[in-house]
Amino acid sequence: MKELLDDIFRWQSVGARIAVARVVDIEGSGPRDPGAAMAVTESGEVSGSVSGGCVEGAVVSEALAILGGERGAGIVTFGYSDDEAIAVGLTCGGTVHLFIEELDW
Amino acid sequence: MSGPIFARYAELLSASIPVALATVVDGPQIGAKLLIEPNASPVGSLGHPELDRVVARDALAELEAARSGVRNYGPAGQTTPEDLIDQPTIRIFIESHASPPEMWIFGAVDFTAALARVAKILGYRVTVCDAREVFATTRRFPMADEVKVSWPTQVFEQRGEELGPRDAVCILTHDPKFDVPAIQGALATRVGYIGVMGSRSTHHRRMQRLAEVGVTSPEDLKRLMSPIGVDIGARTPEETAVSICAEIIARRTGHNVPSLRNSSGAIHS
Repeated sequence: MKELLDDIFRWQSVGARIAVARVVDIEGSGPRDPGAAMAVTESGEVSGSVSGGCVEGAVVSEALAILGGERGAGIVTFGYSDDEAIAVGLTCGGTVHLFIEELDW
Repeated sequence: MSGPIFARYAELLSASIPVALATVVDGPQIGAKLLIEPNASPVGSLGHPELDRVVARDALAELEAARSGVRNYGPAGQTTPEDLIDQPTIRIFIESHASPPEMWIFGAVDFTAALARVAKILGYRVTVCDAREVFATTRRFPMADEVKVSWPTQVFEQRGEELGPRDAVCILTHDPKFDVPAIQGALATRVGYIGVMGSRSTHHRRMQRLAEVGVTSPEDLKRLMSPIGVDIGARTPEETAVSICAEIIARRTGHNVPSLRNSSGAIHS
């Protein structure tokens, strides 16, 4: 999260709304540990990463849905092992659980 | 816009001050937050004062161990299984931002600079220590966070208590009048890794000297990785640094790797 702060401050200085996704749990092999974070603005600018590039695109869509009020904050799961998981996987075969919310706290 | 919790969180992160952030990721108060700092009152709330108290306690332990992860609680902070029957589960993500682990390197030699560089990549706060003023200089070790001109005994007496299981002591001096007291100092701490450099014959002579000064308990000797590093045929200072850091990682994760300590034959194949 620390490495995102400069971008977040810059975006906040121009009044942009921001969503933050954080890895909260991984099963099997996952490229980033719990705590890895990514920030997305309402115009789709991105800082940080939560995987090796496998799921970032899908995270942007989820983040924009939260900023647009289409869904609330919550856990989003990416991976092959779970039937209900969003159909984007990690190339390493693991499953990653992200918590995505608006940065309004 | 973000509020007071993020403001404090960002302030602490920027200053590299340890902090834990607890977030309800599943439950009625989803998104609720509690910011926990050692020796300060928590900021925010997870929705129930008792839940705040229990999570703050757990978060300090997680911060100490530098662990982040999800924990389950009852709405009033219940944690025992019988108290959680017929209760909704609140899932809380505790994100730890611990201070960086320490690596103390004894001996200001060529290997030291390479090891300090690799340790920095891995996130260590690196201290280089040597009693010889001409060698222990920041000009020779610009990558180190601290360079100390001191005998090992003094450093351990002054700061040995700070070392814990995440930290490492690497003794690269090759010189018995320096490495024996460094080993004794390191063994008196809770440090997680102690590695000592030297050829196999240096190692055997050093073990004799350690026995002469009374370092004989099997528990103590088991903590010493000597000769230091994993057996990858490392030749250069840089390759040796990688071999040492690989051993430190494997010791921390409990993975079985061919350490030089447990093999025989030439170190530089």
